[in-house]
Amino acid sequence: MQELKKTPSGVKGLDELTGGGLPAGRPTLVCGGPGCGKTLLATTFLVRGALDYGEPGVFVSFDERIPDLSANVASLGFDLSGLSQQGLIALDHVQLDRQSIIEVGDYDLEGLFVRLAHAVGRIGAKRVVLDSIDSLFAGIPNTAIVRSELGRLFTWLKDHELSSVVTAEHGENSLTRHSVEEYISDCVIVLDHRVVEQSSTRRLRVVKYRGSAHGTNEYPFLIDRDGITVLPVTSLGLAQIASNERVGTGIPSLDAMFEGKGYFKGSSVLLGGGAGTGKTSIAAHFADAACRRGERSLLFSFEESPSQLTHKMRSIGINLQPWLDGGLLRCHAARPSLQGLEPHLAAMIKDVDDFKPDVAIVDPLSALLSSGTLHQTQGMLLRLIDHLKTIGVTALFTTLQSGDDQTDLSVSSIMDTWILVRNTPKGDDVVRRLQVVKSRGMSHSSQLRVMEIDNEGVQVKQAFAVPAARNRPQKRKGPPR
Amino acid sequence: MNEHTGKPASDSANESWNLRLYVAGQTDKSIRAIKNLNRICAEHLEGRYSIEVIDLLERPQLAVGDQILAVPTLVRRLPEPIKKIIGDLSNEERVLVGLDIRPHAAS
Repeated sequence: MQELKKTPSGVKGLDELTGGGLPAGRPTLVCGGPGCGKTLLATTFLVRGALDYGEPGVFVSFDERIPDLSANVASLGFDLSGLSQQGLIALDHVQLDRQSIIEVGDYDLEGLFVRLAHAVGRIGAKRVVLDSIDSLFAGIPNTAIVRSELGRLFTWLKDHELSSVVTAEHGENSLTRHSVEEYISDCVIVLDHRVVEQSSTRRLRVVKYRGSAHGTNEYPFLIDRDGITVLPVTSLGLAQIASNERVGTGIPSLDAMFEGKGYFKGSSVLLGGGAGTGKTSIAAHFADAACRRGERSLLFSFEESPSQLTHKMRSIGINLQPWLDGGLLRCHAARPSLQGLEPHLAAMIKDVDDFKPDVAIVDPLSALLSSGTLHQTQGMLLRLIDHLKTIGVTALFTTLQSGDDQTDLSVSSIMDTWILVRNTPKGDDVVRRLQVVKSRGMSHSSQLRVMEIDNEGVQVKQAFAVPAARNRPQKRKGPPR
Repeated sequence: MNEHTGKPASDSANESWNLRLYVAGQTDKSIRAIKNLNRICAEHLEGRYSIEVIDLLERPQLAVGDQILAVPTLVRRLPEPIKKIIGDLSNEERVLVGLDIRPHAAS
């Protein structure tokens, strides 16, 4: 059997997921509930096809009038009327007013075929969108006629080798309310929009793709001013650290634990620890060191404002202000829970793409984890980490991690390096202990070390040889001699 | 038979009827619709109607302009308001109701 030809959908992420896009010259069904993004996906398919792939397209709208449709997608930067004037797309609103139609005897929907064929011929279309089939059912009294005409329509689309997206409402007992999936057997995509714990998540699933391997999981997707982005988390792992280059941690004694050289360039570092263990200080050293090398650092600070942060860091001898002023350091401070995780993550990825940093710091990652459900957050984080890795940004993620908290363990598995800092009581005082739990691809020290912070910054001391329980006798031995 | 005799009936009797029938090629349905329409008009609107048959295969742009989806579609352009009937017009009684034509008194 010949392999199915595909055409790029133009939807970021979807083409990776489907191994190249939607079936070429055939209809694809996109279904889902109201407001789940069907029309936007269909429009993206059409506009990107016209702009990026030299495939003009016809949009047949059974729902929205053309001015409304144009206004709705203008927020994504699509200029439908402009594209239409250039002959790259054709727009046709099929007005269906059931009240004003009287049915007498037999008919068919040849008018639709005539309109479609006319528009396709006029601009040399290679793509077609029909949005949505349900409105066609609602507007034509005789369902049996609509059914048989739909069958004929999909055959017509195939015969004319038009890559098409047909949208339909989700049904209760079937994929679509009118079981349109019976006619479209090549590719079916389901969109879903749900609100979990007050935060909205959009999901996409390729239910069926005949003759093609495809990811079958649910994938989160975003709708923002750049259109639709599907986040195929499974692509993680394809993005491996490309270089053997090293990046200093900014703390010479910590570098020493990583073969004296620091982290791998482009790797992801997880820095876990309880409250007040000096995570932000270690992160600040890293940012400072990058700026000293003339590299760009992007710092996502979720718990402190830039001024709080610079003030605090000055007390341990790190002056971030010149870097902020000079533009080498950008600080992005916002609480994720305020806007919901999805747009927040999108904004972060956008920041990364705008600023093009060499080094990125997320302080703390746990702020993201608490703003969504665990499962959902993980998918989003994977995407962010994946993105940073792909473009070669060395990333440091701090995270609040106390003792036996398992929350971040799932994240740690995708990190290249994992450092853990703990506060342990020692008499009236507290001793910080640092350990490199893992660091892929290098022989790192895994010893438990004492970490100190003074007005000259963070330092990692000698091996912490004696466990806490045996502290006392040693202490007694100390000073008298 | 007619509840309203006199004025309303005589008004409508003076109106001229402008009808448009949209077809797509010489299909059985199209031919039937044309025949049925001609017969009904001849019988009930004698001398005060005009029928324009539009073949969408020849003038496809009119399908968009006049919002035609189903074929055949009969549009009553005059008298206003505009009315649309879809189908091959095989049921005379329903066509009369749909077009708001009072059956000819002769029957």
